[in-house]
Amino acid sequence: MFERPKTLFAVAVALSFAVSKFSGGVNPYYYDIILSIGINIILAVSLNLVNGHTGQFSLGHAGFMAAGAYTAAAFTTFVPPHHIATTLFFLLALFAGGLAAALAGLAVGVPSLRLKGDYLAIVTLGFGQIIVVILQNIDAVGASRGFSVASGYTNFFWTYFFAALTVYVIVHLVDSTYGRGFLAVRDDEIAADAMGINTTKYKVVAFTLGAFFAGIAGGLYAHFKQFISPDGFDFFKSVDIVVMVILGGMGNTAGVIFAAVLLTILPEWLRTVSGCTFLPHWLRDVAQNRMILYSLLLIVLMLTRPQGLFGDARLFRRTPKFKKP
Amino acid sequence: MTEFIQQLINGLSLGAIYALIALGYTMVYGILRFINFAHGDVYMVGAYMGFYLAPSIMRGFGQKSIASGIVILVAAMAICAALGIVIERLVYRPLRNRPKLTVLITAIGVSLFLENAGQYVFGPDPKAFPDIINDHAIEGLGDLTVTVSQVLVLAVTVALLLLLTWIVKKTKLGMAMRALSFNPVAASLMGINNDVVIAFTFGLGSALAAAAGILFAISYPSIDPLMGILPGLKAFVAAVLGGIGNIPGAALGGVLIGLVETLVVGYSDTIHIPSTYRDAVAFAILILILLFKPTGLLGAADREKV
Amino acid sequence: MNPLLEIRDCTVRFGGLKAVSELNFAVGEGELAGLIGPNGAGKTTVFNLITGVYRPTSGDIRFAGKSVVGRRPYRITARGIARTFQNIRLFASLTVFENVRAAFIMHLSHGIFHALWRGPGFAREEARIDAQVMELLEIFHLGEARDALCKSLPYGDQRRLEIVRALATRPKLLLLDEPAAGMNPTEKQELMRLIRFTQEKFNIAVLLVEHDMRVVMGTCHRIAVLDYGVKIAEGAPDEIRKNPKVIEAYLGQEEPAHA
Repeated sequence: MFERPKTLFAVAVALSFAVSKFSGGVNPYYYDIILSIGINIILAVSLNLVNGHTGQFSLGHAGFMAAGAYTAAAFTTFVPPHHIATTLFFLLALFAGGLAAALAGLAVGVPSLRLKGDYLAIVTLGFGQIIVVILQNIDAVGASRGFSVASGYTNFFWTYFFAALTVYVIVHLVDSTYGRGFLAVRDDEIAADAMGINTTKYKVVAFTLGAFFAGIAGGLYAHFKQFISPDGFDFFKSVDIVVMVILGGMGNTAGVIFAAVLLTILPEWLRTVSGCTFLPHWLRDVAQNRMILYSLLLIVLMLTRPQGLFGDARLFRRTPKFKKP
Repeated sequence: MTEFIQQLINGLSLGAIYALIALGYTMVYGILRFINFAHGDVYMVGAYMGFYLAPSIMRGFGQKSIASGIVILVAAMAICAALGIVIERLVYRPLRNRPKLTVLITAIGVSLFLENAGQYVFGPDPKAFPDIINDHAIEGLGDLTVTVSQVLVLAVTVALLLLLTWIVKKTKLGMAMRALSFNPVAASLMGINNDVVIAFTFGLGSALAAAAGILFAISYPSIDPLMGILPGLKAFVAAVLGGIGNIPGAALGGVLIGLVETLVVGYSDTIHIPSTYRDAVAFAILILILLFKPTGLLGAADREKV
Repeated sequence: MNPLLEIRDCTVRFGGLKAVSELNFAVGEGELAGLIGPNGAGKTTVFNLITGVYRPTSGDIRFAGKSVVGRRPYRITARGIARTFQNIRLFASLTVFENVRAAFIMHLSHGIFHALWRGPGFAREEARIDAQVMELLEIFHLGEARDALCKSLPYGDQRRLEIVRALATRPKLLLLDEPAAGMNPTEKQELMRLIRFTQEKFNIAVLLVEHDMRVVMGTCHRIAVLDYGVKIAEGAPDEIRKNPKVIEAYLGQEEPAHA
């Protein structure tokens, strides 16, 4: 799927642009779902760089998303637009959000470098939680009451532009000799170190870049929902993203994108199911509580197919495309 | 000064609850080297068991009598021990030799399942825990306010700690637990049935978590299906602070976390940390320990073989 | 002439245990040296000291005239020391080709931005690395298996691949940690030939840690014997074979020839 990422990226951007010209008449309910899918793709693919490719299991992605969402929202709310074009202003806000999240990622990545597996998971969870607690205490952005964002700049084009950009950057990065470093760190850190690979640098790059895109996703989300509250970025939101990565198969970008789409549509579909009166009562109840299903899905998946739905990461098996000169 | 002693007492009784939960983390980590993420939710189930059993037990053993209290505590502990053993048998045992990450993700799954199934079965809204003791401030202590529940929490915790020490040091299963935590292969060569010991450890840890759940519900009588998340995480921090895998360390860590948290909240004005940051305190402690003393206060280094 | 690698009075303690005690040892350029000793003698610990996994409690380790003590392992590799592992540590999810390619990272002139931009310079460099990886694989008869997952290789090939991967970092000194472990006599013969070939072909120094006396005797120019972290003998293979201390250390547990 990603043999020619540059072309793919160009096509994706052109397609988003073309489609955005016709999105005016779309039913707002579907439009909403479609934008959510785009944002979730950004979140899942960026988390996949950290959890999947680099093997550093993070449970704090929602925290970075929050940092980006609040920074971008504060930017469009408090910075006077002067006379810059609206689009540029919005892009600046998104970039500020991404930057703030990247800084948060750096702040998490550096002290967490020595940690592995369970410990890393819990520390990132803790950091994510600390970000939420801090936001709950900043009165200027509404503290725990939430923050209303006046401008709904997020549209189809920009959502999918950034989704395509995220995929482009991460696929390109990993699919190069430089990018083998991420996989080497994941497979065996000690061996990677012994092969002259600066494992610290790779982990920090993964954390920072992953957080940057989570921040962009947060900025898009804030200007799409136009209301954000700290609770919306708690541990459960992180788990949502982690489930996408695990279901898609850690390190398998195509699988993760598919899982992001699937898991965004699934709750809507479940809502429909829970409204079907001819179904047994308990089934409708279960359908209403998507988290029960998610948790069972995680357990069953780990017991039967820990590599995710999409097998053993074909991305790594492919031979490189550069031929002998 | 009175104020400070008051804070110490409050912190101690909160810390005792963390300590009881932390013991379960540390014991399971000691023998299986993995963090049982779902442990905090077993604590929640413990509180709910107390909630559902209390009315009928109090009908049989007397309202607010000591006998009822003990029966409720023991019943909830027994049910949660069974729950812990079932979880281990169904979910963790099939994964025993799988990569750590697989087990961790599964544990997160179990945790989410208990939380969400709890919301479905028990209802998502907080419930008022029944009065199973006559809780009031003990008189004759001057400006200090010490409640019956605080004394009870400390007494029950100390009693359970002594019982646990006895089990671990003197009983066959306890000794087998220790052997397993040193070297699982050697232990099984010595004729120890690892499966039984691991199941026993889960049962023991879950029973202690249930006790913590009941004690918490007696002190703060409002329970909800998500009540296990934060205490669970804080107890995990306590286990790491004490040195994960180390039983006295977990108890010490629990008490310390309880004290620090209470003091930060109590003196929030003096130290300029708003009391709304109370839940961030434990995580800040965790990050500091992992940076400066990853083995914890009483733990030993565990180095990867190259 | 200064030796390439020089271990001076190195001691390392783990808690109360002295794993290596005042060790003095040197390897010259292009030399094939061996380090032997019974189980638990501290051989692998010496490797871990040289490669920066452990830090010596006291003493100094110098490589090409400069101390490497306290350097991170990847920096030591960049100075020219590469290693293999006793319990094979390949990158399990990568193919044979990709395992070796990963070891070229330290020689990359391009970085993250080139990987994203993919200009002509990037393509040229990737193509060059490709060619070099293939060349190395062909030399060691692994070219056919380039797209196999490294886990699927037979045991002997995995050991060989680890050596290839280490060579890809272009070392001046190659450390081999028990390469003969788990091999049958035919594979051991093949391995001995391979080690000598590698040393000559790439003109590098090799330090071999080995349990199997026959392999060491058959390949090394000079051998040091460790027992309980102390060097008890050093010399040419024939001297070592006759040394009473060595015989005693080995007979204490096993017959040297079969050890």
